[in-house]
Formats: sequence, C-alpha cells, structure tokens
Amino acid sequence: MNDSKRKLQLLDFEKPLAELESRIEQIRTLAENNDVDVSDQIHQLEARATQLRQEIFSSLTPMQELQLARHPRRPSTLDYIQAITDEWMELHGDRQGTDDPAVVGGVGKLAGQPVLILGHQKGRDTKDNVARNFGMASPGGYRKALRLMEHANRFNLPILTFIDTPAAWAGLEAEQYGQGEAIARNLREMFQFDVPIVCTVIGEGGSGGALGIGVGDRLMMFEHSIYSVAPPEACAAILWRDAQKGPKAADALKITAKDLLSLGLMDTILPEPMGGAHSNPIEAAQTLKQSLLSALDELWRLSGQERRDLRYDKFRRMGIFTQIAA
Amino acid sequence: MSLFDWFANRQKSSPAPQAQPERDIADGLWTKCESCGALTYTKDLQTNLMVCLECDHHMRVFSDERIHQLIDDGTWSGLDEDLVACDPLKFKDRKAYCERLQDYQEKTGLRDAVQTGTGLIEGLPLALGVMDFRFMGGSMGSVVGEKLTRLIEKGTQERCPVIIVCASGGARMQEGMLSLMQMAKTSAALERHRAHNFLYIPILTHPTTGGVTASFAMLGDMILAEPRATIGFAGRRVVEQTLREKLPDDFQTAEYLLDHGFVDAIVPRPQLKATLARLIRIHQPLPKVSDMPTSQINPAAEHVSP
Repeated sequence: MNDSKRKLQLLDFEKPLAELESRIEQIRTLAENNDVDVSDQIHQLEARATQLRQEIFSSLTPMQELQLARHPRRPSTLDYIQAITDEWMELHGDRQGTDDPAVVGGVGKLAGQPVLILGHQKGRDTKDNVARNFGMASPGGYRKALRLMEHANRFNLPILTFIDTPAAWAGLEAEQYGQGEAIARNLREMFQFDVPIVCTVIGEGGSGGALGIGVGDRLMMFEHSIYSVAPPEACAAILWRDAQKGPKAADALKITAKDLLSLGLMDTILPEPMGGAHSNPIEAAQTLKQSLLSALDELWRLSGQERRDLRYDKFRRMGIFTQIAA
Repeated sequence: MSLFDWFANRQKSSPAPQAQPERDIADGLWTKCESCGALTYTKDLQTNLMVCLECDHHMRVFSDERIHQLIDDGTWSGLDEDLVACDPLKFKDRKAYCERLQDYQEKTGLRDAVQTGTGLIEGLPLALGVMDFRFMGGSMGSVVGEKLTRLIEKGTQERCPVIIVCASGGARMQEGMLSLMQMAKTSAALERHRAHNFLYIPILTHPTTGGVTASFAMLGDMILAEPRATIGFAGRRVVEQTLREKLPDDFQTAEYLLDHGFVDAIVPRPQLKATLARLIRIHQPLPKVSDMPTSQINPAAEHVSP
C-alpha cells in the first residue's frame, strides 16, 4: 500500500503518532545521506513513539473505539477464518431463494476440531462493500445462519459466530421479507441447540443485527470492538435531535468492551495488538484462536442439556432493576 | 356530583355540544377521531372499545383499559408491580433518564411500560402482558424485559397460554445494551414455553417496531394484529432515508404484513376478546383417553343395546 493511501486510513487520533514516525524516518534518511550517526537520537524518538502509542491506545474515547471498530483495514470474518482454520469450506444459501453475501458461513476444522463458523462479512474495498451491503444482513442472511446452525447442531459441530455489522439492513425488501421475524426466530432457536456456541464481536456490534447471531454460551469481544443498542449517530439524532452529537451518544450508551464486561453482558475481552487488530492481524487471529479453543475446551465438558440450561441462566440474569417495597 | 350527573345537567342547560367542542374535548367528554375528525361521546366510544363509530379507526388504548377490555371482571391479578428501573448507565441526553422516569411515572401512574398478570378470558385462565405506549413510547428496558420474562415463565409453570399486547417503539436506548439483551431474554423464556407446546399469541397494536418486533412480537404460534397498526423492524423514516424513494402507502401496516405472510389475522378490537377465547379453546389439550369415561370415547356405545 502506498503512503498516500495509508494516510487516508489514518484516524484523527493517530495523527500525532504518524507525524512523529515520519519525522523519525526523515532524520534517518537525512543521517544516512550525510553519513552522520544519530542512532541515539533515533532510539530516543522511537521510545517516545512507543510510549505515545501506548498512551493513545490506552485512553481511547468510546467514539475513537468506534472508529477503530469500523476501520477499513480491520480484519473481517473471512480474514479470521482464513487465518485460524486448518481447512474451511463456505456453504451458501438460505434454501428459501436467497444467498445473502453480508453473512458468510461454512464448515471446517479448528486445530483439528470440526466446527461451523459463520459471521457478518464487510467488504474489503468499496466495490466489495457494495456487494456485501457493508455487512448489513437481510432476512435471508439470518435464515442462512439459522439453517447452518441447525446443521451444526445435528452433526455435533460447535457453532462459532463472528459479529461485525453496523446494523441489520433497513430496506424495503428487508421489511417485506420479515427482518424482525428472521432475527426473532434466531434468538429463540439459539437457545435450543445442544452444541457449544461461542460468539465473538470482532468489529462493530450493531444492535439487533448483531444479536441475531449473538446468543451463545460464551460472549467475547475484541478490545477495540463495540456493541451498541443503536448506532450512536442514530441515537444522537433521536435523543439529542442532532446527529452531530454522536460522540456524546457513544459515551452515554456504554458500548466499549470494558463497559459491557462490567455490566455483566460479556465474558471475555480479547486483547488486541498495539495499534489495533489491523496493525497486526496475525497476532489478533492467534489471540482469537486460543480463546475459542479454550472456551470450547470448557464447554465440551458439559452435557448438551447443561449447556442449554447455563445459556438460559446467563441471559436470564441480564438486566438491572430494583424492587421496591410494595 | 358524578360525571353522569354532571353530564345530564349540562345537557339541560348548555347549547349543542358541537358549538363548544374544544372545551369539551379538553374535559374528555367528547373525543375527536384523529383519522376522520368525527366527534363522539367518549362514553359511546369506550363502549365501542375506542374504535371510531364513523370510520372504524382504532384509537390508542392504554394498559388499564386494555386489561379491562380483555379480562373477565374481577379476575385480574397483577404480577411484579414492584419492579422499577434504576438508571444503571446514569444516562443523560437532553434530560436525565432518572428524571424522565419520574416524569412518566407521575404522568401515567405506571412504574414502567408494561403491566403483567393473570386472569380469565371467558373463563379460561391465561397470563397476559400489556405494553403501554404512554410510558416512554412503550420502550423495552430491563424492567419490561424482566416482567415479560417472568410472565412467560409463569405461563410455563401454570401450563397456560401467554398473550402479549404489543405497543412499543423498540429497545430503550437509555439502558443501552441491557435493553438489547432483553430481546434474547424474552425469546429464551418463549423457547421453554414453546417446548411444552403451550400457546403464545402476541397481539400487534399500533405501533409495534424495532427490538420488540425482532423478538417476542414475531414469535407467536399465531400472531394477531389490529387494523391499520404500524408494524415493522426499521422505522419508516429510516427506510426512506436508506432508499431515498417513496414507500407504498400501506408499507408496514398490519394489512401489509398480512399480505406478506407475517400475521395470521387482523382482528377488529370489538372482536378481539372472543377471538382469543376461541383460539385458546381450539388449542386446549384434549383430556387423555385414559382419563375419559368410556361413554365419551365412543359416544355410540351408549346406544348399543346389550
């Protein structure tokens, strides 16, 4: 990727870091051309850059986390599948007339273990994104997911879902073909599968569109992914009557992995490489693979009935309210 | 002076009601139909279950009235009325959520956006939940999700049908992801109820949208809707914005959903109670053959002479 393209994909808060790095590069080139030894200074500046990077990435605002979660170079479902499986074959279609490209799924092996993996698929570039509808699934996508999960349950394959969608598709046809019904059915059916289900938010967890493949025994989130009841911009438009108040809404909605862990809605946060998953996709994939394997290891020790009961109890506990004296 | 006396006196002395409709509407004595503009005595309207006598427009009814319309007199017993929301996110938009809650509680006399309980409908026992659109647009947060889940669990325990009258804008944003997860929680409870082959019927009233549509509203064994109710997942404006084109007039109406196969029947409100009772009776499990007296298994047997 050339320099100008790289810069286009820099997020605002990364700019001081990028400036520092380009200065280091300049000094290095200058020194090489003039045959001067500046290795000490460069060493210092590099240490400074590392420190700056750590500072920036350890104190991101929710809106900045959202930007990272939506980063165009962030690894997608297919990237992770390619990186973590020994073998994998994509399976297509909902058997009701459609094959939604915004949801991909298939069977394969993870460290020798047969698995079903499915997830939302965003595009890798503009053209691909248009084809994938930016990862916004249609009813057919949720029905394909359900069909594959039923298949997995019959053949005793654990179900691994990767969540990465801005929202379920809000279009005329989506409504006509029952977007609400498709998501609702998945929510109910995912409670009746005996096989282990592990759901991981790898990027953007966009409301009901995310939850439609998000009911599991273990719920995991990458460190810089987000999960929200509504897109912060939409929420700002409704509650603040001002779509520009997105950052405020992102703050108020508690959408970061840390927040959701403390609300008891997530089990595990997967640490990302410094600079986010896209700065080192292989490392991020390794973390994902290890976490999936250890979750499966625990879950296989239980019976199907135990898993279902525990899955029920897990979601049954979600919610915070008080009981007042009558 | 009772309302009735006041009304009688007023009729003697005052000019024709149409002459001063504004004041009388404010008094609640007359109600103007928001669809055709006809003025109707509120009492007559209530007798017709708040359906306009001129144009059949179904006006909004709130939870107390709906319970009164559906449940046999004196058989309602409310559940979990002591649950209240507690602002876990300390959410503040243009107004703090806790203040908003207090305002709605004072304005509606309700603690949150759903009433749940048990009762009889034409003598048949059932667990009933009624959402109330007045309370923050019927939005579902932790309390609504918990009350409905407990209601469905009660239905499973008591082996009785569950009916939920839906009226909601969807998940309550002020409780963030806690609200979203209520969709999964209620669906989980419905999965267990269903596994026992107990009956669940949601009734979709105006409006039923968002996270409620994408969970319990669409999970009925049979789904009923009120005429012209708006029912959909994404809001009409959102769809219009994404598509930048005009949508058909009947888009996301009960009639549209009927045409596309997502509801079983549109039932006018005056027939709703009888329809529910009828459906419950049809789906009541038959007594086991071993429990029946011989004569009932084969009625003809009685007439066979020895």
